[in-house]
Amino acid sequence: MISSLINEDRAELTQAVKKASPVVLCTRIRLARNLVDQPFPGRAKVSQRRAVLKSCVGKIGSMSKMKKGTFLDVANLSDLEKQVLVERHLISRELCEGEEGTGVYINKAQTCAVMINEEDHLRIQFLKTGFNLKPVWKLTDAFDSELEETLDIAFSPEFGYLTACPTNLGTGLRASVMMHLPGLVISNEMERVIRAVNQLGITVRGLFGEASDPTGHIFQISNQQTLGESEPKILDRLSSVLKTIIDHELNARYKYLEENRQRVCDRIGRAFGVLKNAYIISSDEALNFLSVIRVAVDFDMLPEEARSTVDRLMIECQPGHIQYAVKESIDPEIRDISRADKLREEFDKLPILDFHKIS
Amino acid sequence: MAKNLKCSICNKNANVHLTQIINNKIHKIDLCESCAQKKGVTDPEGFSLADLFAKQPEIATNDKVQLRCPTCGLNTAGFRRTGRFGCVDCYDVFKPLLLPMLEDMHEGTFHKGKIPAVTLSRQSSQLQLKKLQDFLTKAIAEEAYEEAAKYRDRIKELQGVENLEVSEK
Repeated sequence: MISSLINEDRAELTQAVKKASPVVLCTRIRLARNLVDQPFPGRAKVSQRRAVLKSCVGKIGSMSKMKKGTFLDVANLSDLEKQVLVERHLISRELCEGEEGTGVYINKAQTCAVMINEEDHLRIQFLKTGFNLKPVWKLTDAFDSELEETLDIAFSPEFGYLTACPTNLGTGLRASVMMHLPGLVISNEMERVIRAVNQLGITVRGLFGEASDPTGHIFQISNQQTLGESEPKILDRLSSVLKTIIDHELNARYKYLEENRQRVCDRIGRAFGVLKNAYIISSDEALNFLSVIRVAVDFDMLPEEARSTVDRLMIECQPGHIQYAVKESIDPEIRDISRADKLREEFDKLPILDFHKIS
Repeated sequence: MAKNLKCSICNKNANVHLTQIINNKIHKIDLCESCAQKKGVTDPEGFSLADLFAKQPEIATNDKVQLRCPTCGLNTAGFRRTGRFGCVDCYDVFKPLLLPMLEDMHEGTFHKGKIPAVTLSRQSSQLQLKKLQDFLTKAIAEEAYEEAAKYRDRIKELQGVENLEVSEK
């Protein structure tokens, strides 16, 4: 069912060649919306969920942004297909658990995904690589306004957009930026950063939940509060925090490099060696080494084009993607072998590390 | 860890310890592994202590009145358990419980963001139409034909505006 999405040669997260940037991997914004006349999905009967799904799918499918999009009914997806979509950040784990009458509409470029009957009737998500809060908000806002012309959205003048969970009330807006922060992790500053930004109403999570030392040094940073501030204000606040984090990250990296030049070269060289030559490699190990290679690109030891290869591999080396590529669910050990095969093949195409260029 | 902390939910030995600062207030909680998993502490898609506190049943002990939403049937206990509302009308029914929660959770308790102008104007014109139609029926029943004609003209006017809006697109 999802093969057209996975094989799409212009998918935002895996194929966006030019827009890759240091520190920030991608920007996502989602809006929670509900229809006025039906109970929220958690309390709706199957017939009501089906009715919501039916009316939303029709409306969403006719929107210009969804041209050539794909609708997927969760009931028709295999566990493996769901896992692949979660790894691509196109659906949530909660949607996977969804009862009858849940689905997702995804556009061709995979920049937009609308989940239907997740926690709320509608979860509209836009995603772009790089640090792009404003452009992504513009897209999301426009889509939301267009949708509102045909669907009656639940709204109260006092509380704003009404959501199933009061934590999303008001704007229903969650902006989440995925950041690559090896410098802060290695200099043991991450905990301090998390504490500081929490105080500002900003949440930090690992790529897969864990907060202190996540695999691949990747963190998702998002706004916690949704009520009492306008959307631009929420985004401005998040943006200024993120800019500070970027500065701290770059400082930490250069400071570490200055003090530990041999160590940095050694780590990068070893990571490259393992990824280019291993025959068995776990998902965590691959992600951690890929993270080091991303740093090598930031230090000019590899050409800029290598960054998008690394970013794509960070997604394609995850368990679901590895199994999907061989078209069956396989044991972790065989998975580790397939992953290593793939990495050797991809790393053979990269130029060798240029240790003289390190800046 | 010097002392053995107990899980705040099931009282087993806790091995997940969380601290989060929300609006300058420190919230601390200790959980055992299975409760941590159940509460979604390990879920990458949006965990926050604010959610967890909202979902904790023990806070419910000081609820004197059990509220119940007439539309979807959700009651206070149900809301405390899930932390989620059942329908749009729950926001009116549970408002007394909601307001203190919002103060802890959010930057403010009043919406300052986007307004769905099209939905609202559509809803208000539909509401007006319905009212006028009710008046019209009543006027006809009372044989107040002059009044009825006024309502009928006004309805036509409103419907005309709506059709015009549609045809322009």
